[in-house]
Amino acid sequence: MSSLSRDDVAKLAALARIEMSEEELVSLSSQFGVILDAVARVQEVNLDGVIATSHPQPIQNVFREDQVRPSLTPEQALSGAPAQEEQRFRVPQILGEAE
Amino acid sequence: MAISYDDVVAKYDPVLGLEVHVELNTESKMFCSCSTVFGGEPNTQTCPVCLALPGALPVVNARAIESTIKIGLALNCQIAPYSRFARKNYFYPDMPKNFQISQYDEPICFDGYVDVEIDTDEGLKEFRIEVERVHMEEDTGKSLHVGGATGRIHGADYSLLDYNRAGIPLVEIVTKIVPGTGKYAPEVARAYVAELRDILRGLGVSDVKMEQGSLRCDANVSLKPMGSDLLGTRSETKNVNSLRSVERAIRGEMIRHAELLDAGAKVKQETRHFQEDTGLTRSGRSKEQAEDYRYFPEPDLVPVAPDAAWIEELRKALPERPSLRRKRLKQEWNVPDKEMAAMVNADVLDIVEATVLLGADPTKARSWWLGEISRIANDKEVSVAELAITPADVAEIVALVNKGELTDKLARQVVEGVVAGEGTPAEIVAKRGIKVVNDDGALMAAIEKVCSEQPETAQKVRDGHIPAAGALIGAVMKETKGQADAARVRELLLGHLGQTN
Amino acid sequence: MINQTAAAMSEALVKGEVTSTQLTQAHLDRISDVDTSVKAFLHVDEEGALEQAARIDADRSSGKKLHPLAGIPLALKDVLTQDGIPTTAGSKILQGWKPQYDSTVVAKIKEAGVVILGKTNMDEFAMGSSTENSAYGPTFNPWDLSRTPGGSSGGSAAAVSSFEAPLAIGSDTGGSIRQPAALTGIVGVRPTYGAVSRYGLIAYSSSLDQAGPFGRTVLDTALLHDVIAGYDPKDATSINGTFPNVIAAAGKGDIKGIKIGVIKQLQGEGYQKGVQARFDESLEVLASLGAKIIEVDCPSFEYALAAYYLIAPSECSSNLARFDAMRYGLRVGDSDGASAESVMNATRNAGFGREVKRRIILGTYALSSGYYDAYYGSAQKIRTLIIQDYARAFTQADVLVSPTAPTTAFKIGEKSNDPIAMYLGDVATIPVNLAGICGMSLPAGLADEDGLPVGFQIMAPAMCDDRLYNVGGALEGALASKWGGHLISKAPALGGSK
Repeated sequence: MSSLSRDDVAKLAALARIEMSEEELVSLSSQFGVILDAVARVQEVNLDGVIATSHPQPIQNVFREDQVRPSLTPEQALSGAPAQEEQRFRVPQILGEAE
Repeated sequence: MAISYDDVVAKYDPVLGLEVHVELNTESKMFCSCSTVFGGEPNTQTCPVCLALPGALPVVNARAIESTIKIGLALNCQIAPYSRFARKNYFYPDMPKNFQISQYDEPICFDGYVDVEIDTDEGLKEFRIEVERVHMEEDTGKSLHVGGATGRIHGADYSLLDYNRAGIPLVEIVTKIVPGTGKYAPEVARAYVAELRDILRGLGVSDVKMEQGSLRCDANVSLKPMGSDLLGTRSETKNVNSLRSVERAIRGEMIRHAELLDAGAKVKQETRHFQEDTGLTRSGRSKEQAEDYRYFPEPDLVPVAPDAAWIEELRKALPERPSLRRKRLKQEWNVPDKEMAAMVNADVLDIVEATVLLGADPTKARSWWLGEISRIANDKEVSVAELAITPADVAEIVALVNKGELTDKLARQVVEGVVAGEGTPAEIVAKRGIKVVNDDGALMAAIEKVCSEQPETAQKVRDGHIPAAGALIGAVMKETKGQADAARVRELLLGHLGQTN
Repeated sequence: MINQTAAAMSEALVKGEVTSTQLTQAHLDRISDVDTSVKAFLHVDEEGALEQAARIDADRSSGKKLHPLAGIPLALKDVLTQDGIPTTAGSKILQGWKPQYDSTVVAKIKEAGVVILGKTNMDEFAMGSSTENSAYGPTFNPWDLSRTPGGSSGGSAAAVSSFEAPLAIGSDTGGSIRQPAALTGIVGVRPTYGAVSRYGLIAYSSSLDQAGPFGRTVLDTALLHDVIAGYDPKDATSINGTFPNVIAAAGKGDIKGIKIGVIKQLQGEGYQKGVQARFDESLEVLASLGAKIIEVDCPSFEYALAAYYLIAPSECSSNLARFDAMRYGLRVGDSDGASAESVMNATRNAGFGREVKRRIILGTYALSSGYYDAYYGSAQKIRTLIIQDYARAFTQADVLVSPTAPTTAFKIGEKSNDPIAMYLGDVATIPVNLAGICGMSLPAGLADEDGLPVGFQIMAPAMCDDRLYNVGGALEGALASKWGGHLISKAPALGGSK
């Protein structure tokens, strides 16, 4: 039977940027055994030589012309911002470095 | 502790890896129709797609694909008959979707190379830089860090985000590891980036302005002890935004690594940031725990499968490769290696060629741009291209000198005038009343005047001591305000004093 | 007036027997009468709806040529953006957000002159099969208010089956249109992937999501289908081709000689007795209409559920990353000294419900390095096998059929603590999504044991959506004459003034 420990779930939650309560980490970890067993059934099939499908329709080469169209106004762009300043989105201090 | 660069390269063999990000000069962004113009008011070039509003979907810019394929072809790459975009997942406030649309295991171009020539102790030597891949991705927004002491990210109270840049098409060009450059590693890296820049400029696919960030270089450096096969731990230096900085950053990292290794310490695998002011790098994010980007094929975009005939069409339309062009020009102009290298280094090749195409003699054109004009640019701390003088001006000046209407000295005054914005060479000649005095009568009068003022010197010349004539010629030139042709003055003076050559 | 089909309302509007304003007002009244108990709507845009209705009435009286559905009210699943109208996708994390743009579906609906009454409830980000995962409380099944209407488009299905709206838009990622249609006794279609633009459809799983129509009859559903389908340059996965005429197909009636394949894997064990009985009965009706019934084998369908519960969570873990408290929506924990990272962490914890978090974590795991090939990679290969199964089956049959859901509507709370039991309810609908083809659910009658609606599912190849309407229309007609009217007329009356 597959399983994910509380710490495994905590690591995944950190990757997914969700700060979960201890209670939730433990309860998720206890549910994951069953869920992983269910989804692990995909490994029961012999998939040698089978090509993965990423897109349901065989469409390719869809492009748009390189043409500028009107943008939103800055007021529209910022209309949902939890905080703004100087026509920019204001966000709390960023700790990590950019890529 | 301190170790010289010569010691470093005597003991260690550097291995390079270069990642260059190029902003394409498309009109609109990679996945939406917002403008890519540089320097707009904050958040005026955003839409549901590049702000990652719920429900918005990307659509690929056709010209970005074309430009990327052109780049791949110009870098001798294979073009993938089928490739997909992938999502690179990581959270960062300057990236609205919290994933970057990029390409992962299926880059559109791969396996290419760029040859660069370096002036080595043994003369010009060619180095081949192998290109692993060229792929498409999108730029991030820009953050402004407010509060704190430095305006830097660390210690800031909060940040302000402008997404105008978010989604501008980027092409990433990644080299394979570059071994065997030895002590020339910094110069090879610089030459590679310069060559890339020239290729990209020739293709017309990017502004390639390093100072505006439209061409950015990340330099990976590691050292291995001479003769060892084991690669050392590498550091990745970001923020390298001029050709000179590429060279300095690599040299600096080689020395830093060597100092660590000599002291028995380990080089940390990390991101470092180059600082223009000190030429040093400072530590950034540690990469010991590799980030798990959870790449997967971008389901919102369909595969790119360029038509083979179209690729051939693009290949045929490629402009002349800069390295070949240099070889051609070197031959056509009959320029020595050193001079050619000097022109490339000073970034005046385009401008010299333009001047030659306007009728100027290659040697004259070169010496103006590389000499007097470069000197003025240096004094002003700008590039020659930023000065007000154009190839047409220089061609005109060269023609005036050839016709004998200007002396070299007078021509320098005209150059100064053009740079100062006083007008075209003809206008300046007219306005400043600059003209060569070639009226022998006027010259003779000046000669007689000088000889009578300096009888002892004149006598020396009469007595056959020719070098003494220099002082008299100088005085005559001064008397005629530099407008005389020095050769003619010499001829007349010597004749006047009974000395003929 | 509100009990009629959209087609009949359209006729009445054209004849001038009723105005759009009257029709819209009647539905708004119905909403205020019964929605306190059904809770289909998250937001009712009374003002906007009446404005649009008045505009259509004015256009009509000025003699302007109008779309057949102009002036007909509609309920919109809260997963589609509508400029200026609160859109939450059933999540707290989008509380208060007003989109700055119209989704393509909304733009097309507006262009046709359809009147949008408001936004309907749904499982948060369309993750669920009961509408119980909405951050704003569950929707109740009009047939039995102690039961769920199914999901995730439960609000839209309940609105149509309770006569709050004659038409609705839903979205279907793993059955989220067909299953609630089945559980509420109405018609729902998941169009071919790429037939309806996803631009402005808040993404759950990009390669599976598709918006589609609900109606109380096959023809009504076709009329709405026709409005929203079509190529959209804003959606790179949109099909640029010739779309079949679904309206004509819905009215055709003739299915003589059509080959109907019953999928062996999607019946029998695990299916409620009354569900299987109504399904078998419908097959007999189809046979009596001249269709040829055969059985087809789709062995890979056994793994469809497992593949779905890897692909959808994986894509959602990435799609939902944008909800980070930086640019819009909820922001939690932004106190002095808080960092962007801590605010993201706290907001995503507070803003997402348990099922959404469960799927994000599962998807994060399935995509993480070292597990990708075993989980996501394998799931995508299973997807290929399912496509191959369908392709083979469609060489034998023109359409394929199965019960839409294994059971009738279940009690609220019955499965909410057992995710696997909940996931199993999607077993018959999911293969369509994985293969990107189209599917319809239409009423097959009531189960004997509980008197609740049973859905009959029809599946057709990509871009053959017309076959759904042809077979569905024929079956609907035959059943209606057998029952003496559409099944929906047997739905219990709710509230007062009807």
